[in-house]
Amino acid sequence: MKWLTTFFLVACFLAPQKNNGEALPGKLPHARVNSAGMAGIPAGTYHCFLRRKDQPATVKVHAFLLDVNAVTNGEFLEFVKANPGWARSKVSHLFADAGYLKQWAGDYEIGNDKIKNSPVTNVSWFAANAYAKWKGKRLPTLAEWEYAAAAAPKGMAQGARLTRIILAWYDHPNPVDLPRVRSTYQNTYGLYDMHGLIWEWVQDFNSVIIQGDSNSGGTNVSSFTCAAGSLNSANKEDYAAFMRFAFRQGLQARYTIQSLGFRCAKDY
Amino acid sequence: MKIAYLNLLLSRASVIRIVLLLAVSACITFAGCHSNEKAGGPAADTAAVSGEYSPALTFAPNVPPARSSAAPKKVIVDIDVIEKVMKLADGVDYTFWTFGGKVPGPFIRVQEGDEVELHLNNNANNKMPHNIDLHAVNGPGGGAEATMTVPGHSSVFRFRALNPGLFVYHCATAPVGMHIANGMYGLILVTPRGGLSYADREFYIMQGEFYTKGKNGEPGLQPFDMDKAIKEQPEYVVFNGSVNSTTGANALQAKVGDRVRIYAGNAGPNLVSSFHVIGQVFDKVYMEGGSQVNQNVATMLIPAGGAEIVEFTCKEPGTYNIVDHSIFRAFNQGALAQLVVTGPADKKLYSGKLADEFYNAPAGDDAGKKDKAAIDPPAPEPSFADRFKDGHTLFESNCSGCHQATGLGLPGSFPPLAKSDFLMSRQDKGVGILLHGINNEPITVNGKHFQGVMPQLSLTDDQIASILTYVRNSWGNKSDAVKASDVKKLRGQ
Repeated sequence: MKWLTTFFLVACFLAPQKNNGEALPGKLPHARVNSAGMAGIPAGTYHCFLRRKDQPATVKVHAFLLDVNAVTNGEFLEFVKANPGWARSKVSHLFADAGYLKQWAGDYEIGNDKIKNSPVTNVSWFAANAYAKWKGKRLPTLAEWEYAAAAAPKGMAQGARLTRIILAWYDHPNPVDLPRVRSTYQNTYGLYDMHGLIWEWVQDFNSVIIQGDSNSGGTNVSSFTCAAGSLNSANKEDYAAFMRFAFRQGLQARYTIQSLGFRCAKDY
Repeated sequence: MKIAYLNLLLSRASVIRIVLLLAVSACITFAGCHSNEKAGGPAADTAAVSGEYSPALTFAPNVPPARSSAAPKKVIVDIDVIEKVMKLADGVDYTFWTFGGKVPGPFIRVQEGDEVELHLNNNANNKMPHNIDLHAVNGPGGGAEATMTVPGHSSVFRFRALNPGLFVYHCATAPVGMHIANGMYGLILVTPRGGLSYADREFYIMQGEFYTKGKNGEPGLQPFDMDKAIKEQPEYVVFNGSVNSTTGANALQAKVGDRVRIYAGNAGPNLVSSFHVIGQVFDKVYMEGGSQVNQNVATMLIPAGGAEIVEFTCKEPGTYNIVDHSIFRAFNQGALAQLVVTGPADKKLYSGKLADEFYNAPAGDDAGKKDKAAIDPPAPEPSFADRFKDGHTLFESNCSGCHQATGLGLPGSFPPLAKSDFLMSRQDKGVGILLHGINNEPITVNGKHFQGVMPQLSLTDDQIASILTYVRNSWGNKSDAVKASDVKKLRGQ
């Protein structure tokens, strides 16, 4: 039962969102994509996947904009050219580990034409965050991302489970070259590839409260362990979500990973 | 007193000297009260280790050799985590998550008192975060928290191997059951001080279930099925990662007189194993892999996430099937491995079949019927279709247990009937075999050798004709119907 303690416990993301004017759901252009390639996501409720017993089961998500697809290698190259401090050879290892942009041929060169329109991966949270700022955007919160990603694929047959689509991705090894963006499915908000292409950074990826080493547990250990977490999860069988949360648990902001990219959000 | 002494030292000696002195005092303490420690007495033994080394890691069924030096060392273990597609059964592929690229992962052999430094490297091509929980560890998560590693990263942690025994290790990343079900497990042996007794051969066998979306035998790349995993209804129960991993040409090999030790683990994730070697009695069983030794056991339970050590001496030559004696798992789901023992037979120990004589059954309903069948004039010969249909039903109840419903048999144990040159070329169309059975006579079927016993079945001429009509016209076989009169003729001879 040692593994019980390895579980993470998620505190639902509760920090109030900075919102430029509380938009009313009725006024929102549902699933409309604007000229900047962002889709309007209407306000709604995110059902926390895991939470502590003393936390609410749902979090209100305000209306926001989200990039229709993940940021590509081509787009990220523009950012690096404009911000040479983020070039591969210049970036501080405090902000990106040794794998940063390792799929590129050089500081300002992708090299492999096949991945120009593929999602940029091997980027740290710091780099993703800097890119978003440069674009006048921000990274989506965990609640926003999960809320937007829960939408069903367009035209999905009734009764079909999104989970199956997600798991099909896990069941196959990674291709040599990452496929281009918009190569999987589009959901009812107009977003492409929310599952099945890459993992994505979120602003507060580390808001999951990790059941750490023995020194951190204190007297509350039992309520924070795996079994408790499992009982509190919204759907015990939603193991796809368990995997996303487990993945985020393992991250640090300077980490770069071959299958981890990002897309940007913006307040309405 | 000791604390005061240390304080004194702190004020005037270097840190290195303190460590050395601590080590020495610890050595003295534990040398003096070894039995106390065993009884769960004083503190853990964290005496300084002398020297470091990286032990050989072996994959099943091989076990690394014991270390010659008994003094505790720093042991560096390096394991790569690799997600890859491999064979689960003939024609069936699966995306395995592995320690070291194979299932089960490498066998780790350390000694009681060793300081183990474990490096876990998660391959950059992997999609999932992984970690390792070794049941030999005293510490939170068994190392799982300390080794949580995303793709393209490595984690390191150290632990003291305090308790001797055989332990399972596995990945404990959420959802834990899925990481185990996908193949992330192996065994770590902590040999007691003084080592284990001598064995001629040591083997590593680990059982695990697989929950595929497709039914057992359905070809292609099969995805994991969480619903079946939750219901605990696996499609495959296998030893060492795939069906027939350890049979036929890959069977374990030993000689008559060899003392054999098997390190048997059960990864689960759900099932408890009834581990049994058909035709062997274990002289010794280290129950649950711990220090308690049971003797003269034939079938032992291995809990999910547990392991046992068994020892026996090979006394008779032959092929010994190793099974989970929850026996449908062995015959239908793959839980079968083999040990082939070669050498001289000892007829005083095991005679083999000595006689096969006519048995005059006592009077009763059954006996009456039998006589009647033999005496009555034969019924009119039914149509081919009726023979085939009856034969199918009779085959399912009498033959498919060994030869399988597919007619493919089990490699190394039960010969195939499908496209069997042995069967199809026989002049008697196989009637003789059904009438008399096979008593350990060696036969060759499609180039493969088999030696075993097929029991003589209590079947009427009519039933034998139907079974053979079915068998000789199924799975690619083709021939005429076998008539009851064909059987009758041979029965009289």
